[in-house]
Amino acid sequence: MRDLFWLIPFPPAASALALILFGRFLSRKWVTIQACGSVLVSFLLSIFSFAGLFGSAGESLPWIKILSPWIKAGAFGADFGFQFDPLSAVMVLVVTGVGLLIHVYSVGYMAHDKGYTRYFAYLNLFMFAMLLLVLASNMVLMFVGWEGVGLCSYLLIGFWFERKSASAAGKKAFIVNRIGDAGFLLGLLFLLTIVGSSDFTAINGAVRGGTIGGGLATLIALLLFVGATGKSAQIPLYIWLPDAMEGPTPVSALIHAATMVTAGVYMVARLNVLFGASGSAGDVVAIIGAATAVFAATMALTQNDIKRVLAYSTISQLGYMFLGCGVGAYAAGVFHLATHAFFKSLLFLSAGSVIHALSGEQDMRKMGGLRKYLPRTYPPFLVGAIAISGVPFLSGFFSKDAILTSAFAQGKTILWALGLAGAIMTAFYMFRLIFMTFHGPERISEEAKSHLHESPKVMTVPLAILAVFSIIAGYVGLPAILGEKADLFRRFLAPVISPAAEARALSIGAEGLLILASAGAAFLGIFVAYLFYIRSPHLPQALADRLPFVHKLLYNKYYVDEAVGAVVIRPLIRGSDLVYSGFDLKVIDGAINGSAAAAGFFGKALSFLQTGFVKDYAFAFLLGVALILGVFLF
Amino acid sequence: MVIIVFFALAVICTGAVLGMIFSRNQATSALLLVLAFAALGGLFGLLGAPFLAVVQVIIYAGAIMVLFIFVIMMINMGQGIAPEKKKGIIVLACAMAIVLLIELVFAGRGSLPGAGVTGPGVTPTDLGRLLFTTYAYPFELTSVLILAALVGAIALVKKREP
Amino acid sequence: MTVPAGYFFVLSLVLFVLGIVAFFVKRDLISQFMAIEVMLNSANLAFLALARQAHFADAQVVVFFIITVAAAEAAIGLAIVLVIFRRRKSIRTADLNSLKG
Repeated sequence: MRDLFWLIPFPPAASALALILFGRFLSRKWVTIQACGSVLVSFLLSIFSFAGLFGSAGESLPWIKILSPWIKAGAFGADFGFQFDPLSAVMVLVVTGVGLLIHVYSVGYMAHDKGYTRYFAYLNLFMFAMLLLVLASNMVLMFVGWEGVGLCSYLLIGFWFERKSASAAGKKAFIVNRIGDAGFLLGLLFLLTIVGSSDFTAINGAVRGGTIGGGLATLIALLLFVGATGKSAQIPLYIWLPDAMEGPTPVSALIHAATMVTAGVYMVARLNVLFGASGSAGDVVAIIGAATAVFAATMALTQNDIKRVLAYSTISQLGYMFLGCGVGAYAAGVFHLATHAFFKSLLFLSAGSVIHALSGEQDMRKMGGLRKYLPRTYPPFLVGAIAISGVPFLSGFFSKDAILTSAFAQGKTILWALGLAGAIMTAFYMFRLIFMTFHGPERISEEAKSHLHESPKVMTVPLAILAVFSIIAGYVGLPAILGEKADLFRRFLAPVISPAAEARALSIGAEGLLILASAGAAFLGIFVAYLFYIRSPHLPQALADRLPFVHKLLYNKYYVDEAVGAVVIRPLIRGSDLVYSGFDLKVIDGAINGSAAAAGFFGKALSFLQTGFVKDYAFAFLLGVALILGVFLF
Repeated sequence: MVIIVFFALAVICTGAVLGMIFSRNQATSALLLVLAFAALGGLFGLLGAPFLAVVQVIIYAGAIMVLFIFVIMMINMGQGIAPEKKKGIIVLACAMAIVLLIELVFAGRGSLPGAGVTGPGVTPTDLGRLLFTTYAYPFELTSVLILAALVGAIALVKKREP
Repeated sequence: MTVPAGYFFVLSLVLFVLGIVAFFVKRDLISQFMAIEVMLNSANLAFLALARQAHFADAQVVVFFIITVAAAEAAIGLAIVLVIFRRRKSIRTADLNSLKG
């Protein structure tokens, strides 16, 4: 078992390579089998490795497998090596499990697309990069995966590149991520300089041994967190994720909901020793997380594009994960990551099924009453909405509650209150989405209605499986109120999470109250949505008329994109233009053209020396030798 | 006794080269050069390099100069080519050559004095041992070099099919 | 009576300079080539003389290699001379002045 885990990333890599090189010679059927099969192999390997973790009690964790030395440069080195421990196991299972279902779903969703092979090539490449990211044994290799998933994200957002908005969104995602990556790289270089190695074990050792501590730990942790805000779409670098919805819906589900965007959370959890060593870095993470959770939730309230609602929801949920990590509840953060992967990919895939059924329509104002047309899509969608809203006994409830409870227990009452407010809004906008899409009067265009059809089995079966997991996944991490041993998930992660990072002492009564508050928030949100969109549908418009300023602000997403355009992009373009016409054209080009002209001039001037007679050349040679010898001797 | 041999060889050598400078016939030049190289072989022998002395005579004075004579025969220049007539070039060249000579003597002044060359030189046995132990690798490489030169020469001279 | 190595060295220098003079005095490719061979051999002589003075046996191996390389060089050089003669019907250097830009 333990000798096999390092094989996990390679089946998708081989498949991607084959599809890229020989894809045009392969039949659709073979592409399907190969792409899905390779992920299935990875998934099975993951399960075997996961099971192996239980059979290896007492063995030293993490398992490390060095495939080969990679970089050896002076004082620092990096190996091409993998490591496997409970945290990697969770990530690998989520990535390959959800990834497998989404691959299968894509077979149906992309069935009519002419870029079928290209799509699966990118998707497999993404799986490889993501698995590299979560299995890497050092930060340099992790950075390779980190950039690899960024590349695949770019390729897949711009998958329909003939649409200008899609290629623009791809570029936006790539550039915003670059900004974050600059921070990540700086943090990585600090670590390399100070520790001399980027192995996670070495980093943890350096922090525990006191080589890194205090201000230095804060600096490095915050730089790395800048990278996480880019990849995981947190304030202020979240702006790329809503636009990323230009990509195919399964891609949104896999990359922009379940896996890649959680890489930042994984990184923070992986380096929990470092983040834990610096108190203020944790605070920053928690504050950014809570702020993003609320901020993004407010923006989701008024969106009419079904995928954009889910995108803002994803940003908001990622905020919760960072809130959990920031208050030291790394296990809760990772737990939410896992449950979120199930229900958010479920929501995205169901939304994809709706969009597919309506021939590409994404505007919720042109939906409504779809429940009876999509009998196999509606129930999973509803399960996903209930799960994310935090209704008790579904997965989202347990994980979100664990985060909020930890925040409260740490004395961060304001953050807890923000989280609770976000939870109310989450329930509201999710049920707004459900009601607008599946209930109420039909507002479907005639043309879309003529093609209206339920999605094929290959799409709805993955939905059903994900729905089951969205319900039951929460039961591995029951709240502490049910006993010390209830939280299996936390105990499983315990070898990886530094024990000092988490300390809570809440009375049973207080914890019970918190749970009730969480549950109450969910029901309140659902009730308001019911009131607004079923009972009295005129209410939203009336409210918007009463508060035109707020509505406009929310509807236009706080004008952040416009502000960024005015403050960052336009000055940048104008400045670049200035530099181009003033400096580049005149100084640089002038210097280059001038030197070329000078070379030509002197060449012409001196060409009389070139007679073509060998004796003249030999004489010049002799003269030169005599001169040089003379200079050396005298 | 040895010094007499040295001077005799030196005079033969220098004289042959001078003769080659003034001759207008290429074949004469080549034969004078054979003489000069043979004398050089003798000087090698005086320097305690018997094997190189033999190689010098066989390879240089023999093989290479024969090659020259072959080419001279193929390019029949009839009356031959008289040496340079323009005084300017000769004066300039001689001046530069003398400057260079002075510089070189000055550069090698450290080795000018010194005791006479004595003792046993390097016997062919020693040389062979060196060639096949320390320098085995470069030695094998020279065979590649010669093969390349062979192929190159043939490729250059071969008449193109019309 | 033995001969000092310096004598050999001076002789090699004289031969070298004579080679240079020969190169400029001659007016055909083959003779100029022969002049170059003279220079090469004088360099060998200097090498052997100085090595002898420094009691350095490995120098003879180097000279051996130089002779080998010279043989290869002569073969290629003469082949080039032949090709030039075939194309230009002349080996007078005064007729050959296309080696320019």
